[in-house]
Amino acid sequence: MQLRVENLHVSYDRIKALYGLDFVIDKGEIVCIIGANGAGKSTTLRAISRMIPAEKGARMLFEGNDLLDYSADKVVRKLGISHVPEGRRLFGNLTVMENLQLATYARKDHTAIKQDMDLVFSIFPRLKERRTQLSATLSGGEQQMVAVGRAYMTGRKMMLLDEPSMGLAPLMMLGMFDALKEINRAGTTILLVEQNARLALKFAQRGYVIENGRIVLEGKSGDLLHDPEVRKAYLGG
Amino acid sequence: MAFFLQNVINALQWGSFYALIALGYSMVYSILMLFNFTHGDIFMTGAYIGLGVATALLALSGVMGVVVPGWLLLIFTIVLAMMLTSLLGVLVERVGYRPLRDAPRASAAITGLMIGIILEYSNLAILGTRRLNFPTLIETTTYTVGGVFFTNKKILIVGIALLLMLALHLFIQKSRWGMAMRAMSFDYQIVPLMGVSLNVIAPLTFAIGSSLAAAGGILYGMAYPVLDPFMGIVLGWKSFVAAILGGRGSILGAALAGFLLGFIEIFTPMIFPSTFRDLIAYSIILLILTFRPYGFFGQAHSTQLRL
Ligand SMILES: Nc1ncnc2c1ncn2[C@@H]1O[C@H](COP(=O)(O)OP(=O)(O)O)[C@@H](O)[C@H]1O
Ligand SMILES: [Mg+2]
Repeated sequence: MQLRVENLHVSYDRIKALYGLDFVIDKGEIVCIIGANGAGKSTTLRAISRMIPAEKGARMLFEGNDLLDYSADKVVRKLGISHVPEGRRLFGNLTVMENLQLATYARKDHTAIKQDMDLVFSIFPRLKERRTQLSATLSGGEQQMVAVGRAYMTGRKMMLLDEPSMGLAPLMMLGMFDALKEINRAGTTILLVEQNARLALKFAQRGYVIENGRIVLEGKSGDLLHDPEVRKAYLGG
Repeated sequence: MAFFLQNVINALQWGSFYALIALGYSMVYSILMLFNFTHGDIFMTGAYIGLGVATALLALSGVMGVVVPGWLLLIFTIVLAMMLTSLLGVLVERVGYRPLRDAPRASAAITGLMIGIILEYSNLAILGTRRLNFPTLIETTTYTVGGVFFTNKKILIVGIALLLMLALHLFIQKSRWGMAMRAMSFDYQIVPLMGVSLNVIAPLTFAIGSSLAAAGGILYGMAYPVLDPFMGIVLGWKSFVAAILGGRGSILGAALAGFLLGFIEIFTPMIFPSTFRDLIAYSIILLILTFRPYGFFGQAHSTQLRL
């Protein structure tokens, strides 16, 4: 297994968001975490990428490395875990190309950078056309492409994706998930969190259901899709 | 007309001092949302470091019996003093501000003020009350063109200041560190996800800002050679005003506002008695800020989303 998370508790100041999560992800998998707004999905990803601290007692192992020993920038740089944050969070004052280049800030493997950039442009040809444009001026779908492309440029072992479907038109959404499939085929493990449960479960091989900071259900996507509880709570009956 | 042009040169000279200092305030604000109130005293310390370096270089060339041309000494002085003062900036960030990165901004501001006072009084404690003179590296020559008098020093001061600003501009636009700084000014929370350590970019920003202040200090010392430990207070505050006027965090704005301040200060005494100078000048600026509270190029910070 590539990532093992045990006993993950996280609090924001006084508000407790996660109450002891346990889950594992194998190399090359596509796994999703689904749950309602405020369930703790984004918090889970932030804890893995070390943007927020985990409480004492948590264990997070990635390919044998204790994530708690790493700062957020080192998780990206040394371990190759990338994070597409909620709401894309592009650097709107930088061009598309600069957003992608900044993502390679810490990389020294110049030939690989070139290959990765080519891959990003082949998956998202639109970005090549728009590369000199300020990213703030792009459409929502294009911004999501930059966010995913940028994450791919930072690290390719595992990608954490926070609601990539948010705000996208249905067609855009499907295109985005095709692109993510391609990234996964190129060797990147994907951990996806989504409010759009149907979409996420169709895309992922396995899923976890999270409610109020606790995992309440887990299983193969197909099983979850047919689970009566899941259907009632997340798939509209 | 000649009189007017002469004052334009004076205004550009003062503008150069203000702009070089204002850039440091602006850079730090843009990436850390922090008013670095130590900055005026970093300017002062930079001027003294420049004085020390220049004196040492002159003594060294005297001992070795070589005649080093003044312009070369000036370049060495500026470069060495910028490097040394940048270390001071890094130190201030490390011991003063980094521990307070997540603390209320007011605590950080007060810490900055205190470090500034410490710098002033360490200077007093070490060097005593005697006033030190900035050594003359370049002899003054006065030129007259069409009735306009100006000195080689003023041209040099403005020229060097503009050159440094151009270098800063290129650094920020072209280098990957500059790109990281621009990204940080937009949304610093996400920058670590790019594999960029804030603990590299923050000290780097302090280093650059401090080195520009040091250059400003040396240029100031060329024009007004008598240094004193409290010289950074008024110049620091005025440059801070320039940084705000330019638009919090706007580098271009800080530079332009620095020059505008120079112009307002030089030209008000042409109309009003000179004792009224700063009263009038800063009333004008207050008025401008009433109409443009974010300065020339500033925006309300819209990017401070929750995590
Ligand atoms: N930056 C924050 N500060 C304080 N509380 C937060 C913050 N972000 C999230 N929370 C709280 O943590 C809980 C989990 O939020 P989040 O992980 O964002 O949920 P989800 O991504 O599933 O919608 C919620 O109760 C939310 O209000
Ligand atoms: Mg969320």
